[in-house]
Amino acid sequence: MTQKNRLQSGGRIDRTRPLPFEYNGKRYTGFAGDTLASALLANGVDLVGRSFKYSRPRGIVAAGADEPNAIMQLGASEATQVPNVRATQQELYEGLVAHSTNGWPSTEFDLMGYLGKVGGRMMPPGFYYKTFMYPQAMWDTYEKYIRKAAGLGRSPLENDPDRYDHVNQHADVMVVGGGPSGLSAALVAARSGARVILADEQAEFGGMLLHSDEQIDGVAAVEWVADRVRALGEMDNVLLLPRSTVNGYHDHNFLTIHQRLSDHLSDRAPQGQVRQRIHRVRARWVVLASGAIERPLVYGNNDLPGCMLASAVSTYIKRYAVVPGQRLVLMTTNDYGYRAAFDWQDAGHAIAAIVDTRTNPDGEAVSMVRDRGLNLITGAAVIEVTGGNRVSGVVIADIDEGGGRVTGKPYSLACDTVASAGGWSPTVHLSCHTGSRPEWRDDIAAFVPGKGVQQQLVAGAVNGSYALAACLEEGARQGAQAAINAGFEVDLEQLPIPSARNVEEWPAMPLFHVPHTKPTSRAPKQFVDYQTDVTAAAVELATREGFESIEHVKRYTAMGFGTDQGKLGNINGMAIAAKSMNKSIPETGTTIFRPNYTPVTFGAIAGRHCNELFDPKRLTAMHGWHQQHGAKFEDVGQWKRAWYFPQPGESMRQALDRECRATRESVGIMDASTLGKIDIQGRDAREFLGRVYSNAWAKLGVGKCRYGLMCGEDGMVFDDGVTSCLAEDHFLMTTTTGGAAHVLEWLELYHQTEWPELEVYFNTVTDHWATMSIAGPRSRELLAELTDDIDLGRDAFNFMEWRSGTVAGVPARIFRISFTGELSFEINVQANYGLYVWEKLFEHGKKYNLTPYGTETMHILRAEKGFIIAGQDTDGSVTPLDLGMGWCVANQKPFSYIGKRGMAREDCVKPQRKQLVGLKSRDPQVVIPEGSQAVDDPNQPLPMRMLGHVTSSYYSANLERSIAMGFVRGGHDRMGDTVYYPQADGTVIEAEICSPIFLDPKGERQNV
Amino acid sequence: MFHIYCPYCEEHREEEEFHAKGQAHIARPPAPDDCSDREWGEFLYFRDNPRGLHHELWVHAAGCRKFFNITRDTQTYEIRETYKIGDQPAVSTNPDQ
Repeated sequence: MTQKNRLQSGGRIDRTRPLPFEYNGKRYTGFAGDTLASALLANGVDLVGRSFKYSRPRGIVAAGADEPNAIMQLGASEATQVPNVRATQQELYEGLVAHSTNGWPSTEFDLMGYLGKVGGRMMPPGFYYKTFMYPQAMWDTYEKYIRKAAGLGRSPLENDPDRYDHVNQHADVMVVGGGPSGLSAALVAARSGARVILADEQAEFGGMLLHSDEQIDGVAAVEWVADRVRALGEMDNVLLLPRSTVNGYHDHNFLTIHQRLSDHLSDRAPQGQVRQRIHRVRARWVVLASGAIERPLVYGNNDLPGCMLASAVSTYIKRYAVVPGQRLVLMTTNDYGYRAAFDWQDAGHAIAAIVDTRTNPDGEAVSMVRDRGLNLITGAAVIEVTGGNRVSGVVIADIDEGGGRVTGKPYSLACDTVASAGGWSPTVHLSCHTGSRPEWRDDIAAFVPGKGVQQQLVAGAVNGSYALAACLEEGARQGAQAAINAGFEVDLEQLPIPSARNVEEWPAMPLFHVPHTKPTSRAPKQFVDYQTDVTAAAVELATREGFESIEHVKRYTAMGFGTDQGKLGNINGMAIAAKSMNKSIPETGTTIFRPNYTPVTFGAIAGRHCNELFDPKRLTAMHGWHQQHGAKFEDVGQWKRAWYFPQPGESMRQALDRECRATRESVGIMDASTLGKIDIQGRDAREFLGRVYSNAWAKLGVGKCRYGLMCGEDGMVFDDGVTSCLAEDHFLMTTTTGGAAHVLEWLELYHQTEWPELEVYFNTVTDHWATMSIAGPRSRELLAELTDDIDLGRDAFNFMEWRSGTVAGVPARIFRISFTGELSFEINVQANYGLYVWEKLFEHGKKYNLTPYGTETMHILRAEKGFIIAGQDTDGSVTPLDLGMGWCVANQKPFSYIGKRGMAREDCVKPQRKQLVGLKSRDPQVVIPEGSQAVDDPNQPLPMRMLGHVTSSYYSANLERSIAMGFVRGGHDRMGDTVYYPQADGTVIEAEICSPIFLDPKGERQNV
Repeated sequence: MFHIYCPYCEEHREEEEFHAKGQAHIARPPAPDDCSDREWGEFLYFRDNPRGLHHELWVHAAGCRKFFNITRDTQTYEIRETYKIGDQPAVSTNPDQ
């Protein structure tokens, strides 16, 4: 393939390194240094997509982040697909594979294009709201076609093979943007000794200087850039980040930078390399030197391929040696636009006309036009372009001085490219991220960053200073100021300011909407936002339909909703809306730009936080043993807990039945290490416990244990557990596995903020101990084989007591507490002895059929006894009395403990509260699904009156029937009543209300 | 993401280390049982939601575990001061002062 638009010389490309690539299935060749966009233009590819709504052909408009049309799907394999890549920002590499994303069935022949020509009139703003809302049932059908037709890229179907990571950075001065202002700022700040980070989204620093003919300090601009970058690179206190977009400017000078490390090299990152990186920067001071984006002009058919930004035309010619056409018409409102025509002429291509919308421009640019002998038409505008898939001509007409209407007779001119220069829009995005509202400046007809709300300075074009000399000076001054503000010394009197020639400039004309001979609604489409297909007529219609807030206009028309966030079109759209409402632009205001400035890949956002590193895993000392013995695990918080231990060929139900029976018949063992354990010490520890638990603690003796309920100030249960008295001033509290961290914070909160006078200290000791709970009628026999210094006799070691001694020769604390209702001992040893003791128990346990069980069997066994699980049988709306646990409430305590006053609130003492009861299904084999809602009459009309839900429900092998616990309104007084549980499939489960204690109501099994 | 000065650690740390615990200076009534339902309800549930300065309780959860107070501008997110429990704010949220 020939590169028909490539110049023989010039540009910052390497002609010795041709790079083959593929676009829409065809093979092309570009050069090292190209972007995908410049390579496509070099090869004469005009069409890069179809538009979102009208399916009109679209070409490349811009040369940077502002590109609205050339949105590509990249990737040579399924796993490396990347959607929504701007071809203008994608560097070319050998073997790059790209597809256009808009265009179905294809970009070149487009079915929707034909529909669009007909359907265009049928698709006014609000079209989707107005058309596809009814009938609702049809939405699925509509959506499929709308999505397919819109086609904004797709995600890969296979896992991304590349690595991404995050780096935390600290900077004294963070400079955003490596153009003339940013380079100038960075160097001054760096020379003060400040730690400086300079980030730029492009592969090379220099910004607009990379395609400029101007001189700085007497040398060519690109040489000045190279010299400054070299100087910065040699300084240890400077971090240069090319290919790095500062995408977000967050609270307290925190910035997120998306760096592309290998996207310019290959489809996949090279072996051992990271593909992209997010830098999380905390900066003392920030200098925004993010430049400005040129505004296109809004005229008839301004979306035809061949219509481009004037600055983009210059960039392609000077930087990439690509002239994207043969014959140019330039329309400009300012002197800067002229540059494109000069570059075009210097490249040896023809210029049909320069159309200046100003009535009598007479600056330096105009005199240069005269010297060059170009056709200059002033006080006129291109009101419309003509052509099919590419511009073939323009219609030009005189306009009045204000640009409000056409005054002359339109005439045609042949050309294939139209460059438009509508002035500059400072890149205020990052400043907006901080909550700072941009301010309108009439003198430059643009928004600039308003008063900063953070430690932020602005320099150069982003501040509305477009001339090179001004950029260099502001950069140096703001770089110095940032360094001084960050605590470094700079001599402002001796500040070296790079010099550039002052150019005499003729005032620019504010023109946001080029008039046509026809009214806007009937003129050829004048596009404001290319990516979302919003026209000037649509913006006017929105205001006529009563959308007066610019935010509403945005949402109604979808202006600025594309992946480009309306970087090109927003200001034009706001100005058109303002004019339509007879308001000024500052009155109308702007919409808010939000992070991210350009799209960021999910890979970069996730970084290393995926797969094994997604979330920490907490494992008990016996975890490996559980794995070896075939345990299935469940997640409880970050803990991996053994769920059940199926033997080969066993179903879950069979395993649970076996584990449950073995425990009640002989002895079972569970790893309870994950239970939260808080060590509490201090003179006032006992007093403190009495204040945070609902029951009494004053008389709990040393060596004794007690169950406690913890409530909030509202009287609602939030955690429970057993606390043991180790010494008069020393207690060990246990909490639920998931609630441990919250309980510790709760205790600290009350101690630090309410009762600092109490002498008490808390520390988490959860990980210090391995805890194994042996339960069942033969647990005492088993334990007796392993301990010789603790009397385990019934009367020597009572229920709810603890002893210290040794188990298998290891120092241990043994608690005679029970969550199963069986004779049970909880053995605690230092965690690193856990596995040893566990294995010793199994050595001796064989003859007792010692059976390991997991959390599911624990749930069944405790439910047989009616023991609650905080968080499963409670949900933050349940008092101890609702649970039937009034025995655990001590209202005689002198101190008004947490929860007491809450429980006495009117709502908590009213009758007919939902109360926890036991439930027996009429058919003992039917297990009521948890979450089922109880009703009195299953035949009542919808919506039924619901009485409460089932919280715990299991099949009990020991009772040979299903058992459940749940809430029923006034349930404590309804023992023996029948309630019904209608199911989603239409069936109804009938159940009898009963005591939640299904087994051994007198507690004889644990008192043996 | 906030950058918060812990008055106990005497260092700035990332927000990830802290938990926000709501409005500061909400004292538990000394005699809860003497409170009316309305008074208890005010203590339990009613909080300010100002646009502007707000005193907030935070805890250095993944650090020293100490609770402390912050005076923060809810509009700009600027933290005007942090101070220990028991201290009074130097920056007032009362517009009359």
